[in-house]
Amino acid sequence: MDEEYDVIVLGTGLTECILSGLLSVEGKKVLHMDRNDYYGGDSASLNLTQLYRKFRKDQAPPTGLGRDRDYAVDLIPKFIIASGELTKILVHTDVTRYLEFKQIAGSFVYRDGRISKVPSTEMEAVRSPLMGLFEKRRAKKFFEFLQNWRDEDSATHQGINLDKDTMKDVYEKFGLEPGTQDFIGHAMALYLDDDYITKAARPAYERIVLYTSSMARYGKSPYIYPLYGLGELPQAFARLSAIYGGTYMLDKPIDEIVTDSDGKFVGVRSGSETVKAKQVIGDPSYFGSSSESGKLRVVDDGMVVRAICILKHPIPGTDDSDSVQIIIPQNQVQRKHDIYIATVSSTHNVCAKDIYVAIVSTIVETDRPEQEIAPGLQLLGPIYEKFVTVSSIYTPIADGRADNIFITRSYDATSHFETVVDDVHDVWKRVVGKDLVLKKREVEVTE
Amino acid sequence: MSKQFQFKLVLLGESAVGKSSLVLRFVKDQFDDYRESTIGAAFLTQTVNLEDGTTVKFEIWDTAGQERYKSLAPMYYRNANCAVVVYDITQSASLEKARNWIRELQRQADPSIVIALCGNKSDLAVRRQVSQEEAQKYAQEEGLMWAETSAKTGDGVADIFTRIAKKLPTMAPPASRSGPGRAGTSAGRTGVDLNKQQRSITSGDQCNC
Ligand SMILES: Nc1nc2c(ncn2[C@@H]2O[C@H](COP(=O)(O)OP(=O)(O)OP(=O)(O)O)[C@@H](O)[C@H]2O)c(=O)[nH]1
Ligand SMILES: [Mg+2]
Repeated sequence: MDEEYDVIVLGTGLTECILSGLLSVEGKKVLHMDRNDYYGGDSASLNLTQLYRKFRKDQAPPTGLGRDRDYAVDLIPKFIIASGELTKILVHTDVTRYLEFKQIAGSFVYRDGRISKVPSTEMEAVRSPLMGLFEKRRAKKFFEFLQNWRDEDSATHQGINLDKDTMKDVYEKFGLEPGTQDFIGHAMALYLDDDYITKAARPAYERIVLYTSSMARYGKSPYIYPLYGLGELPQAFARLSAIYGGTYMLDKPIDEIVTDSDGKFVGVRSGSETVKAKQVIGDPSYFGSSSESGKLRVVDDGMVVRAICILKHPIPGTDDSDSVQIIIPQNQVQRKHDIYIATVSSTHNVCAKDIYVAIVSTIVETDRPEQEIAPGLQLLGPIYEKFVTVSSIYTPIADGRADNIFITRSYDATSHFETVVDDVHDVWKRVVGKDLVLKKREVEVTE
Repeated sequence: MSKQFQFKLVLLGESAVGKSSLVLRFVKDQFDDYRESTIGAAFLTQTVNLEDGTTVKFEIWDTAGQERYKSLAPMYYRNANCAVVVYDITQSASLEKARNWIRELQRQADPSIVIALCGNKSDLAVRRQVSQEEAQKYAQEEGLMWAETSAKTGDGVADIFTRIAKKLPTMAPPASRSGPGRAGTSAGRTGVDLNKQQRSITSGDQCNC
């Protein structure tokens, strides 16, 4: 290992693999390492053996779950929002050729003790129990207002300034009830808490437009999901990187981030070997967040609790959907943050037939995190097996420009990958010194 | 109308045994003495026309060097309909590596996968370390197809791919016959196509909740 690289990337999570792929395409000489013997880091999908090795050290997987190779259980629950930034990167880099996607069958929202489908068609909207008749009319006016909004045409603004007026002002203008506000802010704009209400309305407007355009794209829900699990995403970008010359080493313990007397990055030591590079990018676990990883370069910015639940039935009340998102808005259960449920099944080639994998998650507010997700667990029916994790969300303490050490963020509690892509853009700018520009590719139109 | 099939074919084997060279010979009928390790290899496809009018389109995946440090991603051989496992007849250690890959495929890949063991660099027979008998016997025991090839002279290359093409349509279960459809055409896809132009959202009716 006496070669010198432009960039060493540590950890093969999605953020690191997208960066590695884009940097290799850009012509950088990349060495990509991971301490684990599998791809994906915290965004991996595990088979049963790996899952039990991780959570139940001295227990073999029960025979009632079927074949090991049928499983790809995600560690973090996220879906791809169809019209979002991750889709753009997938199409731009052409890694779509390594992947196949299916829709998530439906999105549901919890209200007054039961769940209802977020309408995806006009028919569903008319029948939806989520709003009364008059409220539906008011909501229709609100959505028409958002849909017709053109920045340059003040006639479409109806006296509202998205950059000055708060979302509260907008809700009030259309006379929307608190329950409807919950629905819009949490089930569509996908806010995890209510802070957005008192802020300028534009970000909420953009999030609602992202949701509705994603919903319109394939029809059933705004989400798509890769066959064989989310762990396919980092693998696809790793292949892109390798094809453009990136070198891959899994199962490589990282013992030290070597710096010079000014604290600037020199190389990475594994055992007795040190590999040199100009820059290093890595996930927080390589920079102090896990005990063995040396100097602390990240801070703890809250915690997420996630319960991976294996079920032998679809989630009650979802019309036997093969995959769903369920959002429990914070107000409904007297919390400050929403509870999410993400379910996939054998339709997505992530588990054996007639098995469903549901992940219930939320941002931790108390010292009893597992109790906090109880309202979500209760919606699942009998739970065959449950694996609970409480993980810190880490963010870097420095931007890396001074020492050439660039650290990515942990995966947060949001329901899709848009914040991951934000992080990719942010790290790229710090590493390369310019904005990441995804050149327009010709889009193939097939009917 | 003649039948058309599409299959995913993966190459496996130790570094420098000639995987990329075999693909280059098969797809472009070229050879390069000073090939660098695989860089920027595009996604290659090649179609074989069989005598009975059947056409078999191979969607070919090269390892891109990820196998070098035992870091090949499972997605590589997932869904593969066939694998060409290559060794170099002048390096006996490369046959050992090939055996490991075959074991791995038997454990992890689709049970219906067609595996061909390929002894490359047959033009260097004077430096042979792996006898034909040894390799052939092993292939027979494991139920693999076997051939010696030379990417340099082209000997045996078209032949082994044609033999695979002939065997595949009869072997593969009906579901995978159209292939996973990953070759850029959307025809074989069962899921959603991200490359498809986004439906325009002009009507105000997207959500009338
Ligand atoms: N004489 C001879 N040389 C060959 C033959 N096939 C490949 N080579 C040479 O062997 C070397 C390695 O070939 P590659 O095709 O790059 O091997 P590879 O298996 O793709 O290697 P990696 O991409 O590093 O895994 C090159 O120098 C080729 O020119 C052959 O049939 N005969
Ligand atoms: Mg090669």
